[in-house]
Amino acid sequence: MSGLEALLDERRIWRGRETNRPPTGCPSGHDALDAALPSGGWPEAAVTEILLAGQGIGELALLWPALARLSQAGERVVLVAPPCLPYPHAWARAGVALERLALIAADERDALWAAEQCLRSGSCGAVLCWPRIADDRALRRLQVAAESGQTLAFVHRPLAALANPSPAALRLVLEQGRIRVLKCRGGLAPSTPIAFARAG
Amino acid sequence: MRWACILLPRLALDGVLRRHPDPAAPLALVTGASQRRVLHAVNPAARALGLRPGQSLTAAQALSRDFTIHAYDPRDAERWQRLLAAWAYRYSSQVSLHYPCALLVEIASSLALFGPWPRFEARLREALAALGFTHRINVAPNPAAARVLGNAHDGLAVTSQKALKDVLGALPVERAGLPRDAVEALSRMGLRHLGQVLALPRATLTRRFAPEVIRHLGELLGEWPLALESYLPPDEFDLRLELNFEVSSHQALLFPLRRLIGDLSAFLAGRDSGVQRFTLELEHVKGTPSQVPVGLLGAERDPGLLFELARGRLERTRVGAPVRAVRLVARELPPFAPERRELFEARPQQSQPWEQLRERLRARLGDHAVHGLGTVGDHRPECAWQPAFLASAQVDDTRPRPGWLLARPIPLDAEVAGILAGPERIESGWWDGGDVRRDYYLIETRQGQRAWVYREVGGDGHYWLQGWFG
Repeated sequence: MSGLEALLDERRIWRGRETNRPPTGCPSGHDALDAALPSGGWPEAAVTEILLAGQGIGELALLWPALARLSQAGERVVLVAPPCLPYPHAWARAGVALERLALIAADERDALWAAEQCLRSGSCGAVLCWPRIADDRALRRLQVAAESGQTLAFVHRPLAALANPSPAALRLVLEQGRIRVLKCRGGLAPSTPIAFARAG
Repeated sequence: MRWACILLPRLALDGVLRRHPDPAAPLALVTGASQRRVLHAVNPAARALGLRPGQSLTAAQALSRDFTIHAYDPRDAERWQRLLAAWAYRYSSQVSLHYPCALLVEIASSLALFGPWPRFEARLREALAALGFTHRINVAPNPAAARVLGNAHDGLAVTSQKALKDVLGALPVERAGLPRDAVEALSRMGLRHLGQVLALPRATLTRRFAPEVIRHLGELLGEWPLALESYLPPDEFDLRLELNFEVSSHQALLFPLRRLIGDLSAFLAGRDSGVQRFTLELEHVKGTPSQVPVGLLGAERDPGLLFELARGRLERTRVGAPVRAVRLVARELPPFAPERRELFEARPQQSQPWEQLRERLRARLGDHAVHGLGTVGDHRPECAWQPAFLASAQVDDTRPRPGWLLARPIPLDAEVAGILAGPERIESGWWDGGDVRRDYYLIETRQGQRAWVYREVGGDGHYWLQGWFG
């Protein structure tokens, strides 16, 4: 014990700082996922990047519980240039308050700008966007905007973006029936995929 | 009744200076025929150069050449006076433009809301200073006395009739607002102060002086009523700023734009209304002015927001020819309802309210870029939604509906692994030409995607993809 003290006093050993408190999370509504993430849910005031193998594999079922809770609490949910039109009946049945839902039509370049504005303003609860050609600089801008506006950001990208670096706080791949966490802030990513079954 | 008179001694000059980028630079207003131009008014910096009102322009230019000149337009002063009346209307229901370059405001009934007077006065002065107008404010029990006090005093508040008599009595005769010949006659009689004049028997004065003089003295003391015409605020806002030079860049237009929007906002606050639609007109030397319409989803009057929006619209338009003047016209002024806020905000760091963000997005992306989502009672999926911000309707339908809807159905090219639900027949729309007869299925593809597809009843059996169950 005394040897250790002496070594530390000599300052020849670098001592890692205590890890930052894991970021608080917004419950995703999926118990298995919440349990696996260090933040206990979607990381607050940060970008969550979701890589999708294709459309219709449960990307909405993944987000709907959180969006429903936010919109019912009076927060605004903004979809920036969604790939398809949200079908109001399905969204309402999932519990999303439609009057709190806003859609923004924009082309590829303006969509990133609009998403950044929405995140930075702080008047939205969650911002969803679907950039096709976003590089890591664009994502970093979104990350900074999400931090300054204290807003949840969800960025959907195709599976082809897997190899690109990403500054997102949480990065996951949604595949048929399972979720693979690639990166999560505040802890090690769980090595095994998480089972994800959608209702119906 | 108690009247405040806001005297604006440099109205025309201030009107020019406030749209000048550097108000501290020497500037003079000139008037008169082009052969013999005379300085009408000068600002302090020009006065320091030795320039005086009444000097001829040639004499002034012999003294110094480092000053800018600007043509004096008497209609300008009148316009600024009307603008300030619109501003003053928010403080009192009785505002009068009876005297040139002065506003008369009845304050007794406003004191309950804005008072006491020292606080009210500070408020008026602060607002006038922000608008960029030099002023003198005095209060007297009647409007004529309030105006005359402005000739010699600033910040005087006379409340009682007796105090008024004392203050008026100490006023030099030449400052009392009397006709010039009467002043001359009085000073030849050895009467220096108004008190000496008022002490004379009224009958002798009536014999020696014109009826206007007697009437004026009566008005000053409040013995004669003064008939005032009340100011009525106009129903629309129309303000034009002429630029000193030709401008062809957006950047240079922002300064006059900020002034215009600030004036619009002051006008709107006076009327307690907002603006939903206004037009910027950029006037060129030749040709028709270019119009920049600015539209909002709701009535607003915050100058910062309006400026931001107008700037966004302006930057998107191309300024073809150099601009000589900018005009702001707002014809529809709907009532303004301020947004209600929670006392304890859940999100205290909220920096920009949603309305402001929405208008900002619309300014850049187009008027229809931001919309909500509402349901329509129609069975056809493509007709079951509308772009609107509505309270959500109760959806008690339990049949499967996809989260994503394709803008138009496309032929399905994925391999079908299995049918999870269906068929569900949707047959509707024979009345509006959009007749559909379809059997809908919920299918799963080999990649695990769930899709909403249909087959035309009586068709060739092809699957059409209409939505994704995300």
